[in-house]
Amino acid sequence: MSAPPSPDEGLTAAQLAAKYGLAVSGARPPVREYVRQLWGRRHFILAFSRAKLTAQYSQAKLGQLWQVATPLLNAFVYFMIFGVLLNASRGMSKDVYIPFLVTGVFVFTFTQSSVMSGVRAISGNLGLVRALHFPRASLPISFALQQLQQLLSSMLVLFAVVIGFGSYPDASWLLIVPVLVLQFCFNTGLALMFARAGAKTPDLAQLMPFVMRTWMYASGVMFSIPVFLADKPQWVANVLQWNPAAIYMDLMRFALIDQYGAENLPEHVWAVAGGWALLFAVGGFLYFWKAEERYGRG
Amino acid sequence: MADQVPGPRIPTVIADDVHIVYRVNGAKSGKGSATAALSRILKRGEERGVRKVHAVRGVSFTAYRGEAIGLIGSNGSGKSTLLRAIAGLLPPESGKVYTDGQPSLLGVNAALMNDLTGERNVILGGLAMGMSREQVKERYQQIVDFSGINEKGDFITLPMRTYSSGMAARLRFSIAAAKDHDVLMIDEALATGDRRFQKRSEERIRELRKHAGTVFLVSHSNKSIRDTCDRVLWLERGELRLDGPTEEVLKEYEKFTGK
Repeated sequence: MSAPPSPDEGLTAAQLAAKYGLAVSGARPPVREYVRQLWGRRHFILAFSRAKLTAQYSQAKLGQLWQVATPLLNAFVYFMIFGVLLNASRGMSKDVYIPFLVTGVFVFTFTQSSVMSGVRAISGNLGLVRALHFPRASLPISFALQQLQQLLSSMLVLFAVVIGFGSYPDASWLLIVPVLVLQFCFNTGLALMFARAGAKTPDLAQLMPFVMRTWMYASGVMFSIPVFLADKPQWVANVLQWNPAAIYMDLMRFALIDQYGAENLPEHVWAVAGGWALLFAVGGFLYFWKAEERYGRG
Repeated sequence: MADQVPGPRIPTVIADDVHIVYRVNGAKSGKGSATAALSRILKRGEERGVRKVHAVRGVSFTAYRGEAIGLIGSNGSGKSTLLRAIAGLLPPESGKVYTDGQPSLLGVNAALMNDLTGERNVILGGLAMGMSREQVKERYQQIVDFSGINEKGDFITLPMRTYSSGMAARLRFSIAAAKDHDVLMIDEALATGDRRFQKRSEERIRELRKHAGTVFLVSHSNKSIRDTCDRVLWLERGELRLDGPTEEVLKEYEKFTGK
């Protein structure tokens, strides 16, 4: 078989590719196209998050019961240590403090587990990434969605606790929806960011628990920031209260707990909450997209 | 077969001096103790504690529409890695791969989710490949029947971790083969499963070839290469050793392997 003389003789590979309209394999699509592809995989994202959620406790005897038992036990431990032993409830009656603590733990856990699963979204699914084609952002988004569903089921426990301590459903409970939407956007952006970082540096999976714990203690999960920092300069309290985790916790407490009024919220709270969500969702998405063609190497 | 294409030959895949390097964390030779790791971190240098494996070294070739190309070489010679790079799943360290449309890789090692049931895996795999929910629903039964998972009882509703390796491989291949492909790459898929499944897969591959522009086949069976391919690339230690018509290359290869 001798090759017939070809008009393509002498062209470089790049010229030949251009002539026949071939594209670089695995190249990163432009943002707009990427969003479109991602939208095309929405069913995959949803199905994947649901599947992961049910698989999470599939090896445990009690199965899905752990979805609510885990956060409840968590809240119980924090209550024993901070509420009973250390008396961190300063300035709050028990009727306020317990719902305050449980709300804080649940809301913070939502962000925490989104970050933790984000770190492992790419590095823990390399097999899938190397085997099939799909916009890689599907994975961290799907994991963030899984955490949202997890939170929704623990919300039932939260409602029971809040009602049990005398805060009954009223109009302010409607605020739960915008708070969750904003926090979900924030979490997704964060998960995307850490997915890229974790793909490059798997060590983050070891490091992040400490970072997250520090963040938790600084965000007033088990104590009220303005009360505890009353003797410190105002700006310290402001900085801590404006950090995204504290903002979303406080808004959720404000929505749920009757006696937790607007005086506990920092200034411009909704603007800050929206700002964090927008900044992280857009920033995290772009940051993740920038390395799209590099996931899977390693 | 390539000669039957009328007019100028149209390239579908161009590999231009492709190099692929795997980076493996923590596999650096030497002591694995914490102090050794610490001293590696403290030592200046670019990649610390990372071992590089240069799997493909400067491979260039052009594949044309209508060709069926076999890839041969001993284990670890970089065949599967090269296919992954063509599919765009593994970014090359340097060099470029140009392709026409989106090439698809049919592998036996397409990782699925072991903690999920076979049923979920079929659905998720289909959705991840970009099929719509209706398409997945439509082909679901076909995929399960093809895999033959349910021949010995209702296994499809069990988690994949309970499957034997042969069953898992069969299911993976069935999922991947459920879609039509432009440029098709088949990675030793014919070697999995029992004889009956192999026959079914060969049939399916022939079917897929009719729709595909170009087919790549990795196989250690010279017979199946002879049966299906008209051109062969021989890789050895990541380098392209020979590229030519099937018979010529296979003769050299058989001499090399001492058959």
